[in-house]
Amino acid sequence: MLAFSYVVAPHAETALSLVCGGSNATFIAGGTDILQLLQEGVIAPPSLIDINALPFSGVQTEQGEARIGALTRLSDVADDPGIRQRFPLLVQALQETASPQVRNMATVGGNLLQRTRCLYFRDATVPCNKRQPGSGCPAWDGLNRINAIFGGSDRCIAANPGDMAVALLALDADLLVQNVEGERRMRLADLYRMPDENPQHETTLASGELITAVLLPSNEAAGHSYYLKVRDRASFEWALVSVAAALEMDGTRVHRARIVAGGVGTKPWRLMRVEEALQGRPLTPDLARQAGNRAGDGAAPRAGNAFKVPMLQRAVERALLTAGGIA
Amino acid sequence: MNSVVGQPISRVDGPAKVTGHAIYAAEFNLRNMVHAALVHSTIAHGRIDQLDTRDAEQEPGVLAVISHLNAERLPYEPLEKRPPVDPKAGEQLHVFQGPEILFVGQPIAVVIAETVEQARTAAALVQVAYHEQVATTEVRHDRAQPPTEASSKAGRGGGSRGDAEKAFAKAPVKVDMWCSHDREHHNAVEPHATIAEWFGDHLTLYDKSQWVDNVRSEIAHVFGMPAENIRVVSPFVGGAFGSALRTWPHVTIAALAARQVGRAVRLELTRRELYVSVGYRPRTEQHMQLGAEADGRLVAIIQDAVAPTSVYEEYAERTADPVLRTYSCPNVQARYRLAPVNANTPCPMRAPGIATGVMALEIAMDELADGLGMDPIELRLRNYAENDEAKGVPWSSKALRECYQTAADRFLWSRRSAPPRSMRNGRLLIGYGMATAFYPAERAPASVQAILYANDTAVVRTASSDMGPGTYTAMTQLAADTLGLPIERVHFELGDTEMPKAPVHGGSMTLASVGTAVVDACKALMANLPAGEMAEGHGARLRRAGLESLTATGHSEPGDEANKYSSAGFGAVFAEVWVDPDFGTVRVPRIVGAYDVGRVINPKIARSQCLGGMVGGIGMALMEQAEWDARLGRVMNANLAEYLVPVNADVTDLDVTFVRSSDEIFNPLGAKGLAEIALCGVAPAIANAVYHATGKRVRHLPIMPEKLLVD
Ligand SMILES: Cc1cc2nc3c(=O)[nH]c(=O)nc-3n(C[C@H](O)[C@H](O)[C@H](O)COP(=O)(O)OP(=O)(O)OC[C@H]3O[C@@H](n4cnc5c(N)ncnc54)[C@H](O)[C@@H]3O)c2cc1C
Repeated sequence: MLAFSYVVAPHAETALSLVCGGSNATFIAGGTDILQLLQEGVIAPPSLIDINALPFSGVQTEQGEARIGALTRLSDVADDPGIRQRFPLLVQALQETASPQVRNMATVGGNLLQRTRCLYFRDATVPCNKRQPGSGCPAWDGLNRINAIFGGSDRCIAANPGDMAVALLALDADLLVQNVEGERRMRLADLYRMPDENPQHETTLASGELITAVLLPSNEAAGHSYYLKVRDRASFEWALVSVAAALEMDGTRVHRARIVAGGVGTKPWRLMRVEEALQGRPLTPDLARQAGNRAGDGAAPRAGNAFKVPMLQRAVERALLTAGGIA
Repeated sequence: MNSVVGQPISRVDGPAKVTGHAIYAAEFNLRNMVHAALVHSTIAHGRIDQLDTRDAEQEPGVLAVISHLNAERLPYEPLEKRPPVDPKAGEQLHVFQGPEILFVGQPIAVVIAETVEQARTAAALVQVAYHEQVATTEVRHDRAQPPTEASSKAGRGGGSRGDAEKAFAKAPVKVDMWCSHDREHHNAVEPHATIAEWFGDHLTLYDKSQWVDNVRSEIAHVFGMPAENIRVVSPFVGGAFGSALRTWPHVTIAALAARQVGRAVRLELTRRELYVSVGYRPRTEQHMQLGAEADGRLVAIIQDAVAPTSVYEEYAERTADPVLRTYSCPNVQARYRLAPVNANTPCPMRAPGIATGVMALEIAMDELADGLGMDPIELRLRNYAENDEAKGVPWSSKALRECYQTAADRFLWSRRSAPPRSMRNGRLLIGYGMATAFYPAERAPASVQAILYANDTAVVRTASSDMGPGTYTAMTQLAADTLGLPIERVHFELGDTEMPKAPVHGGSMTLASVGTAVVDACKALMANLPAGEMAEGHGARLRRAGLESLTATGHSEPGDEANKYSSAGFGAVFAEVWVDPDFGTVRVPRIVGAYDVGRVINPKIARSQCLGGMVGGIGMALMEQAEWDARLGRVMNANLAEYLVPVNADVTDLDVTFVRSSDEIFNPLGAKGLAEIALCGVAPAIANAVYHATGKRVRHLPIMPEKLLVD
């Protein structure tokens, strides 16, 4: 770990000006991920800008679009009555995230930007294209059971580890982002980049941009949604495979489905083939199975993570059955 | 007064621990103390070509950067007799004595600075250039060799009786399979740490240790100084599981650095550093062959176990023991071979060798029962060993039949439907499995001092340790009863080389060894107590005799019984599993264990010990696994986020019973020792339950979901 300076930003303008201008300064929110990265020497920013004092926490769910401040703690989001009522899918995803202790510290913005758990990224003494561009990807032919089966390239197959983003994508969330010029709104779906040639660039945020809020449109899926997470131990672990299923039903028919998978993609992975298979059809156990079987379409597993394909297929099936109330 | 031995007393050190008054090695706050951070090799084999410390030395607060370039030459005098915790062959790692690199993570330099942060920052600035050589990073069976005679003599080799090959060839029923478990790390909550301080030619070490006397003796040899000049202090240990048995290189580094900078030096290892600094349970592959008659009687057991050791030491363990001693069988052949790899040396971890030997044997026995269509308990009863057939002597006590019976009853084993994959709860597959637990009981010489004061309090002390099983508590109970004092009036002290010598706090020997000496010392005290009135208290008698205090010493050591008998703890472990066939995930809703461990001094902490063993067994069966990348020669998940241990949600209903037992042949207390046996048998019981649930035999632990999903 290298020495760094630490500044508590009193307002957003200070935070943004400190981080912009190519200084490589980095924001710290709950610190639950960035401290690990600092301690292990995975990153070594010259300064940390503490954004916890900025006025971006709190949840508004009264009507229409719901708004979750980026500095809201995960536990506060999960406990919010409005969120519980309107977005149970998000609550389930949060309750399956990390542990109560971590959720009490971790923020929404930080959670969206947590870094991959790829074993090679997290050990600063080995090659990793994401950490050290051009150094190689030992995961490609190495220990890759937790890595991605979708969206990888031979440069990088690091999985996006988050749970919340998977649920938020199924809920079609937007983000509010601030930079020195002002505020912009973007789709969460556009936040993450594929690794392609440049796995070091993980998001479309410009350096120094601050996420200030997550916006959730109203939807009709609250009664028919489910977040399913499969992992090696019963709690306190990232997903091997997770599925967020949000169904808007028209009687027994699926009117609109958004199905997103976690733990399997280099970004939260929308399963379009599954959604297509469901569209307009009556939800039955047979349909759930057929749709689930489409979940692996396009997957490019490596030796250590091929099991994720059948696991994902069955996870989608199970999530659909549960979301549809026919389990 | 009522006896406290046998009562479920809460830990006497509990309040100190939960209020933060218990001081652990890293927490001694010495005046003038400075901090150390290590630099590690990033190659597995070769030499250091260049080591550039200039940038590091320029950092604020840095006092010194010590490496092979400027470290004092240490004599590393050979020990006359190696302690039981050290490998029997090879040479411990010599720190900073030359440019040779033998494994990734070998310490190659240490930075000393005013603060930990300064030291770590500077350590990251040390530049190293290597001359790399080809490294061996995988166990090659064709290169594996039997351990040296020194290891074999210490019971860490193979063994045989009869003609197992021939009997196996002729056996009408056979099991023939390979099984293995992955490398495991102790991962105790407390990281290893040493603080070293010199006073002229005297050295004080505050260390995380299961055996302070051994730290003293080894450091004396490393530095070529009299042992009397060294004091080692270790009053509390935050879990160890064997990782603090040996005196590791970082202890030498702290002492060396403290001498070189003339300040007290504190060196606390990070979690990632623990994976290369203090050993681990080696991955062991075992070829098991069982031959039996049609009625289930074993006629042959053959084991061929292969494990890694380092290139500089021969670490061997007792993997053959369970195969040789658990069941009655005329023909047994246990082979054990070691293959050196460029890694740090493995070390004992909870029931070293035994837990893994039991694992292989008990999975094989389950396969045999399955092949015979026989109940797994019945198969074990048919092969019940009335004697220790390896040594040809009777057991000093054995109540294993009662263990099977008790555990089976409490588990409701009779509800098991025998065919695999025949029990369900909705979509979940249910499985019941069982295994025998076995752990040898031993003891070693121990000395204790007991002091009675005129204010009716007593202090009892010995250089033992309490890494968590409750030494403080059990010894206090024994002393209180023997002295006839209430428990609050007895203070038991340990973990300091100024105290009388104690054996290593390992091998489940502490109660039988130290406890016996505690009773001996307290009896001696009572015998010397000045005469007085019947009702008169001890203190009053001392005061009347004009004494402020009275001191006595006690001693214990194994006697002839060790030649005439074999002693061991026994148990039966039953597990239920729920397997989700869609995902391959296994959960363990309940485990039932019944144990014969001799007399139980404190049923509460004894039960805790068994609960801990069951939790460890869940880890061993289902998730604990150091992920080794042979190309890079290192463990890639060296942290507690990716190296999985069970969390609360993985642990549900654990049931522990001790069957009536007391072994006064083994020692006067009747206690056989209770620690490592708690781990033995748990993982195979779970693995056998997984087979019963799914019909799929997973022989390579841990049983991760993919092993049940993909063929
Ligand atoms: C043991 C453990 C288990 C875990 N298990 C899970 C799990 O099961 N599922 C899961 O999803 N997560 C899990 N996590 C991850 C955890 O949820 C994240 O670490 C946490 O959400 C990050 O939030 P934070 O506020 O602490 O972020 P920080 O660590 O403070 O920051 C993370 C990153 O986000 C950036 N950042 C933070 N806020 C903003 C902002 N508003 N705008 C722009 N950039 C910002 C920081 O610069 C940094 O790069 C686990 C973590 C631990 C330690």
